[in-house]
Amino acid sequence: MLKISDLRVELEEEDKKILKGVNLEIGAGEVHAIMGPNGSGKSTLSYVLSGRDGYEVTDGTATLDDASLLDMDPEERAAAGLFLAFQYPVEIPGVGNMTFLRTAVNSQRKARGQDEMSAGEFLKVVRAKAKSLQIDADMLKRPVNVGFSGGEKKRNEILQMAMLEPKMCILDETDSGLDVDAMKLVSDGVNALRDAGRSFLVITHYQRLLDHIKPDFVHIMADGRIIKTGGPDLALEVENNGYADLLEETA
Amino acid sequence: MPATARTELDRAIALPDAGCWGTKARAEALARLTSIGLPTRRDEYWKYTRPDTLTSATPTPAAIFDNSDEAPIFGAVDCLRITFVDGVFDASASDDLDMAGVSVERLASAMAHDIHWAKDLYGALETNGQKPVTRPLAALNSATATDGLVIHVTGQAAKPILIRYLHQNETSDVVLHHVIKLEANASLTVLESGPAAARLNKVMEVDLGDQANFNHIRTQGRDHARRAVTHIFARLATESRFKSFTLTANGVLTRNECVIELTGNDAFAHVAGAALGDGDFLHDDTVFITHDAQNCESRQVFKKVLRNGATGVFQGKILVKPGAQKTDGYQISQALLLDDDSQFLAKPELEIYADDVACSHGSTTGAIDETALFYLRSRGIDRTEAQDLLVLSFLAEAIAEIEEQTLADEIQARLENWLKRHRA
Repeated sequence: MLKISDLRVELEEEDKKILKGVNLEIGAGEVHAIMGPNGSGKSTLSYVLSGRDGYEVTDGTATLDDASLLDMDPEERAAAGLFLAFQYPVEIPGVGNMTFLRTAVNSQRKARGQDEMSAGEFLKVVRAKAKSLQIDADMLKRPVNVGFSGGEKKRNEILQMAMLEPKMCILDETDSGLDVDAMKLVSDGVNALRDAGRSFLVITHYQRLLDHIKPDFVHIMADGRIIKTGGPDLALEVENNGYADLLEETA
Repeated sequence: MPATARTELDRAIALPDAGCWGTKARAEALARLTSIGLPTRRDEYWKYTRPDTLTSATPTPAAIFDNSDEAPIFGAVDCLRITFVDGVFDASASDDLDMAGVSVERLASAMAHDIHWAKDLYGALETNGQKPVTRPLAALNSATATDGLVIHVTGQAAKPILIRYLHQNETSDVVLHHVIKLEANASLTVLESGPAAARLNKVMEVDLGDQANFNHIRTQGRDHARRAVTHIFARLATESRFKSFTLTANGVLTRNECVIELTGNDAFAHVAGAALGDGDFLHDDTVFITHDAQNCESRQVFKKVLRNGATGVFQGKILVKPGAQKTDGYQISQALLLDDDSQFLAKPELEIYADDVACSHGSTTGAIDETALFYLRSRGIDRTEAQDLLVLSFLAEAIAEIEEQTLADEIQARLENWLKRHRA
C-alpha cells in the first residue's frame, strides 16, 4: 500500500534537516503506529506525505500503490486515496460542514471519473455515518470546526475519513486534547473503518490510544529516522521506560 | 474652483424649471455646493479616490455590458418593480405605482405640486449630512437631479419595492434622487439593482419615524466601465431600525457614501457591503454614523476581495455625541488581497464624547490563509475551488447581515458566479 524509501526532508525556509532517511512499508489492511519524542519528525512525515508546502524533499521516494505521491498536488494525493486526520483541524467560518463534506466527496469522485453524489444520496449517507460518531444535525450545519470542542473537531475528522473512504489513513496525534470518553468514541469510529483494503498510520505520543486502536506494528522514530520496529509490546515498553533506553540502544 | 466644477455648476443653473418648490430646493442646493466647492484630491475625504471623473463636464463613456448569462437578480422576488433606463423612468417596464400602505410617486411629478410632503424632506437630510464632513457631490445631486422616487410609507408595505437601473446608452450621465419617509411603525424593503448609467450620481434620503423599519439591499451591476457615486442619508427616530447591504462586483469606480444619524433612543442601524474587484477597479465605502441618542446600536461590516491591481477604500467613522450613553458601536473593514498588486486603504475613526459606551473597530488586510487552503486541498478539493470557498468564507460575515434568507441566497449565488468567472 504505502512504501517510503530513504525519505530525506528539509525545511524550505531554513537549512534544517528533519527527516534523515525514513524507510517504512505498510501493507494493505495493516495498522502501524509511530511513536517518538517531541521533534523527532513524526508530524513532518505526515505533512510531507500529504503535500503541505514548506518542506523540501532532498532524497527518497514515497509511493501509494506504486504511484509516486511526492509528485502530486495535495488534492491529487487525496483522490489517490490518502487521508490525513489533522492534529489541529482548521476552522473555516462561513463554510457549512455539509457543503465542505459534499464538495470534498464530489471533488474526489470527479477526479476519479465517477459521477457526483446527488444531494439526497449524500444526505442519507452522511446522516448515517454522523450518527455513529454522535455528530448531530447542528454540527453538520455549523461552519467547519467553528466553535467545535476539541473532541468534536476530532470526531469531525473521522467523519470526513468515513465519507471519503480513503485507502491510506494517517492520524496525526488524533488523541491529543481528548478525554477518555472522546478517545473511545473516536477510536470506535476508526475501528469501524478497519478493512482488508484500508491501512492506517497512527502517530501518537501515548500508548493509551493503542489500547483502543490496536496496531500490527509499532515504530519508534527519533531524530528523523525509524530506530526500532516491533509489535504492540514495543508501545508498552515505551510507556513503562520512556524513550531513553531505546535512544541509548541505537546511539 | 476648477474649470470642470464651473462647468457642472453652469449645467445646474441651466436646468429647466422644476416646478413650484423644486426650483427653490435646487437653488438652495446649488448655493450649498457653491459654498463647499467640488471635491479635489486635496480634500481629506477624497485622498484615496480621485474625484475628477465624477466631476468632469462629460462622463467617460462606458461600454454596454452583456449580462444575459445570468438571470436578472431578484427576478423571483414578489415585489413592486420600477425601472429606470439611463435615468429615465420606463413606465412600460414598471408596475403600477400602487401598493397598500405606501405611496410612490416620481420626483419629477412631485416637484410640480404646490404642496407636497416631500418638500420639507428633499435635500434636508443631505443638508444635515454636510456637517462635519462635506458631501459636495450630494449637494450637486440635490441641485441637478432630474428624477427619482418619493416614497411615503404609512403602514407595512405588502411587498418590497425593486428599483432596477438599466444602462443602454454608452454616454449616459444620470442624477437620481429618492426621498423615502416612513411614518411611525411603518416598514418597507427597498431592493435596487443595476448600473444605471455610464456615470451615476444618486442620493437616497430616508427618514424613519418611531419604530419604523427600513431594509435595503442593492447590487450595483456587473458593467465594468461604469462610474458611480451614491449617497444614503438616513435619520432614525426612537426604536427605529435601518439595515442596508450592498454588493458591488466590478465597476471602474464606485464611491458609496452612507451618512446615518441616530436621533431617537434605542434605534439601530446596520450597514454592510461586499465588494469584488478584478483589475482596474476602485471601490470606496465612506460611512459616517452619528449617535445622538441613548442606547442605540450601529454596525458597519465591510468586506472586499481584490485582485489584479484592484483598490479598496474604507473610510468609516462612528461619532458619539455627548449624552449618547449606552451606545453600542461596531465597525469592521477587511480586505482579502488575492495577489501582491492589489491594495486596501482604510481609515477607521472613532470620536466619542460620552463616557458609558461600547465601541469597537477593526480593520485587516490579508491574503488567503495557507493552512486553511492546505486543509481543503488535503480533502481533495482543488486549489481553485478551495480558494473560492475561502473567499466565500471571508465574505460570510457581511452576507450574514442580510436577514431575509432567500435574498441572502441570491447574493451568495452572485458571489459564486463572479468567482467562477474571475478565476486566476
